[in-house]
Amino acid sequence: MARTLLDKVWEAHTVRTLPSGQTQLLIGLHLIHEVTTPQAFQMLKELKLKVRMPERTFGTLDHIIPTTDQTRPYADPLAEEMAAHMYRNVKEFGLPFFDMSTGRQGIVHVIGPELGLTQPGMTIACGDSHTSTHGAVGAIAFGIGTTQVRDVLATQCIAMTRPKLRQVRVEGALARGVYAKDVILAIINQLGVKGGVGYAYEYAGPVIERMTMEERLTVCNMSIEGGARFGYVNPDQTTFDYLRGRPYAPQGAALDRAVAWWRSIATEPGASFDDVARIDGSAIEPIVTWGINPGMSVGVTQRIPSPESAPEPERPTWREALAHMGFQPGQPIKGARIDVAFVGSCTNGRLSDLRAAAEVASKGKVARHVRALIVPGSQQVARAAEAEGLHEIFQQAGFQWRKAGCSMCLGMNPDKLEGREMSASSSNRNFIGRQGSPQGRTLLMSPAMVAAAAIAGEVADVREMLR
Amino acid sequence: MSTTDARRRQIVGRGIPLPGNDIDTDRIIPARFLKEVTFESMGEHAFEDARKQNPEHPFNQPVYQGAAVLVVGQNFGCGSSREHAPQALMRWGIRAIVGGSFAEIFFGNCVTLGIPCLSASPEDVDWLQKAIGRAPRELVTVDVEKQEVRFGDRVIRATMPDGPRTQLVTGTWDSTATLLEAGDRIEATAKKLPYVVGF
Repeated sequence: MARTLLDKVWEAHTVRTLPSGQTQLLIGLHLIHEVTTPQAFQMLKELKLKVRMPERTFGTLDHIIPTTDQTRPYADPLAEEMAAHMYRNVKEFGLPFFDMSTGRQGIVHVIGPELGLTQPGMTIACGDSHTSTHGAVGAIAFGIGTTQVRDVLATQCIAMTRPKLRQVRVEGALARGVYAKDVILAIINQLGVKGGVGYAYEYAGPVIERMTMEERLTVCNMSIEGGARFGYVNPDQTTFDYLRGRPYAPQGAALDRAVAWWRSIATEPGASFDDVARIDGSAIEPIVTWGINPGMSVGVTQRIPSPESAPEPERPTWREALAHMGFQPGQPIKGARIDVAFVGSCTNGRLSDLRAAAEVASKGKVARHVRALIVPGSQQVARAAEAEGLHEIFQQAGFQWRKAGCSMCLGMNPDKLEGREMSASSSNRNFIGRQGSPQGRTLLMSPAMVAAAAIAGEVADVREMLR
Repeated sequence: MSTTDARRRQIVGRGIPLPGNDIDTDRIIPARFLKEVTFESMGEHAFEDARKQNPEHPFNQPVYQGAAVLVVGQNFGCGSSREHAPQALMRWGIRAIVGGSFAEIFFGNCVTLGIPCLSASPEDVDWLQKAIGRAPRELVTVDVEKQEVRFGDRVIRATMPDGPRTQLVTGTWDSTATLLEAGDRIEATAKKLPYVVGF
């Protein structure tokens, strides 16, 4: 019988079936950062345990670091304390650590793939829900809580129930001005924010197959926003070409053997799925969220829907969303005034994202009332962008060029919305309070659309600027 | 903790209804309160922003102080994997959650803390929320073993997948202890993986 990637990777990493019926699953790569690990290390110390496989554990700093001056001690004493704990823990347990001095620091989901740590056929865990990002290379990668971080540190395993598998096929071809971000927002809109609960997503179809690795990373990143704990793309030539030459990827003859294994773990033709969903990629237009979860979105030419058009149980949430956002049903999303523009995050903080934003930024100046931030996803992304002169394009257009970190995606550092500010953001969550202000408002969109909104001072259709 | 103390067969306590679907973990505990190296202060920040903006928020109401059974809608705990969310609820006093459905990472985090999350039909959840609102002093019984919730003279079906339910009922939800039992089978599994041995 034809098997899926999930079948094969799950089986290869199964240590045993637990008495509860769950699988004891080996974790091939454990990524750690400063926010969700201090308590886990503390528990490990209390249990007098060591890190089981320190060579399969890698750390960085991303969530709390400032994006202006990154010299320590940080101005925020709480942030400084978290960083200090991270330094102490990786030293005590002997773990590889990418801090600023290495030139390889960045958002954990940006540096994993770019360093070649993230590889096909692996199981990858991290105390961060956007670990689903790494599925883009054909890995089974998911977020875990802090107690589970302790489990992985202590045992290199977690207890988990195998999810069902839904293939999400994106058919057709994308139009100009439509990006990977629009594809995943369309998928979430169609399948719902809880449509993926209990499922893993296998992304497939011509649109996904034609995507670059960075585009696939964006799609897989937001699997969790659709309720799926992980999503993946089968490894193919795009994957192998992407990994070739990366510092932690196999080299030379080992790479040839690796490619042979990577090919062998892909889903086989004729494999069956628990469900198949189809999305018409040709019909997707640039998408903007209007509400308080990533499924509440419309095409940029559409109007904000009325709660009456939603299924009855969803209507109270829709009304709450409209009240929070200050929107009226029937109002066009285009033209909604913004105060802040943010390009960055593990969703859209890679070089191709900055290039797309810079292409738009080169066509105008940031509107006078807009505060606009460009935050590269990693030090490597920042260096590559600077080598191309992208930072100058941004600065000349009035964008601030910052240092790498999670920044305004979740407002754990000084980059926050203030009051009721409205943000055009390339990040992944528009939850109430997400960007650092309890009353702050977030419109999710692609990096090119954020740049367009920054220039227009309001939600704009990037296709009109790209003509 | 011995497995006897850890058994979660039945949780009895006063209820607190929290209507609404898709309540995310940023709502349960905003990210700015995560800048702590322990979980100790999380309880005081549970739903902090929502409570400030809405004086009527159930977590503000005196009648619900001391409640142990939280009753929620669909997709509760979606979003971030932060364990700070169930930690905040637990440290506020929540011992069990009954709802329409739960986001997976949140559900798994609750199991590792010994907090059962049981799913009931939307109709039953709605009834339970309203019934608790009418009689907030009455005790709710969450029977994890029998997969039912009892309130007043009514019993509703509330289920949990067998694996985690067995862990909670038998008191074996301390996952590290269970996983360690595999011993060198862990390394044996690793050594069969081409990427671990270097291709």
